[in-house]
Amino acid sequence: MIDGSQVLVTAGIILAFALNGAVIFTILDVKGASWMQRRPGPLHVGLRGFIFPLAEIIKFFQKEDITPTNVDSAVFKWAPAYVLASVFGLFVVVPISPTLVGSDLDLGVFYLLAISSLSTLGVLTAGWSSANKYSLMGGIRAAGQLIAYELPLILAVVGVVIQAETMSLVGIVEKQIEFGLPFVLSGQGLAFLIFMVAATAEMMRVPFDMPIGESELVSGFLTEYSGVRFLIFYIAEYMNMFVLCAVASTLFLGGYHVPLLPTEWVNFYGPVVLLTKTVLLGFILVLVRWSFPRFREDQLQNLAWKVLIPLSLLNILITSIMKVVF
Amino acid sequence: MEALDIISYFLLLGLLLAAVKVVTTSNVIHAAISLVFTLALTAGTFLLLSAEFVALVIVLVYIGAVIVLFLFGIMITRAPLGQNAELDNEKNKGLALGVSLSIFGIFSYVMLNTFDSQINTTSGTSTELLGEILLSRFVFPFEVVSFVLLAALIGGITLARQDNALMDENQI
Repeated sequence: MIDGSQVLVTAGIILAFALNGAVIFTILDVKGASWMQRRPGPLHVGLRGFIFPLAEIIKFFQKEDITPTNVDSAVFKWAPAYVLASVFGLFVVVPISPTLVGSDLDLGVFYLLAISSLSTLGVLTAGWSSANKYSLMGGIRAAGQLIAYELPLILAVVGVVIQAETMSLVGIVEKQIEFGLPFVLSGQGLAFLIFMVAATAEMMRVPFDMPIGESELVSGFLTEYSGVRFLIFYIAEYMNMFVLCAVASTLFLGGYHVPLLPTEWVNFYGPVVLLTKTVLLGFILVLVRWSFPRFREDQLQNLAWKVLIPLSLLNILITSIMKVVF
Repeated sequence: MEALDIISYFLLLGLLLAAVKVVTTSNVIHAAISLVFTLALTAGTFLLLSAEFVALVIVLVYIGAVIVLFLFGIMITRAPLGQNAELDNEKNKGLALGVSLSIFGIFSYVMLNTFDSQINTTSGTSTELLGEILLSRFVFPFEVVSFVLLAALIGGITLARQDNALMDENQI
């Protein structure tokens, strides 16, 4: 039955993993930008500015939490909570090592997809309740984008599920260990690409940041938010990036294991391996962010509906045929 | 009484309150958000009954897709902030009460009549088993449902694209 202390330990691990992940990815993003664009970036807090996220958090706590007069107060105040809950929920099933996992559900993949769809709700209500044209436009764009890219995300994962014959994330990693190669090299390369593109769109990062679009929509659904509530959206964005990279590592790159390392030591090197893979994927996202211009709204929708969804259906077809043949 | 019983009573109480809020509030977005809570608590109840597949389907399909489409549709048409008196329809209140009470009565009667004698506790439904049954014993209904969904999809697209001939293809 439910053991109280176990629940607390799990919650603690998830919290530590999620918050540290967000901090690591914030540093990665900002320092990556400064390296790529030859600008100083954060330099003063800590060694070469590497603990600036702490200063940033303290700054946001000091700021006034403004609720404009005409907004729908209750909806406005609770909107960040949906996004945060959705992101925390995602961390529950990601296996950091075979034993260090919040809960290894049989339906792990299905759970991930169900929970990740909740953040749309937060973004939409945030946009609407701000009582602001720019916010509403941002919220609607965000919802349209999240709905469109959720489909290729789900369909790309279906290929992995067919190949692994299980929906448990630990099970999927075990299958990859058994096979000797991560799925990205053994048939799911296309699915990996689709997953990463769709995940970037789900994170609403450049080149998919149409909903924020600071040069035309002020800052989209975030326009009216300040102080702690803005901080929650901000942290949730980086946590989302971290957890989606961790999920991609688990599903496609072999998770907490790399070939040739002895499996009996996996509990020791597992967390390090998973973190390394996650940070490498995050680094690719940073490179993409600072290299590409933003998509136009119609290009963005076309990419999802006309390119990614047919490709992911093709991937499912090929995977199923291969599964029957071999 | 076990701890789980107490939790489930609280869940059901919350469910009732959220459901009442859906129909009594006079702001359409508030109604949609209350519906989210209603569905989330329904999913929670299913989780307590160890039917995790059903719970997740509710979260994925209803909260993640249906409600988001509701909100999306409301927001791109009209969604005034604050109270909206038009939402209440005084004339039909009695009718609505009658319909909902009769649905409640029929469902309760059918449920109690069918399952009362054979309530048995299980350790939960295995999703693997569910999948196997769905694709072996119930494969025909399953295919029929997917056919109906496909027909609905094509019908929706046809309706939405009716005026397409009038539009210049390059403008889209």
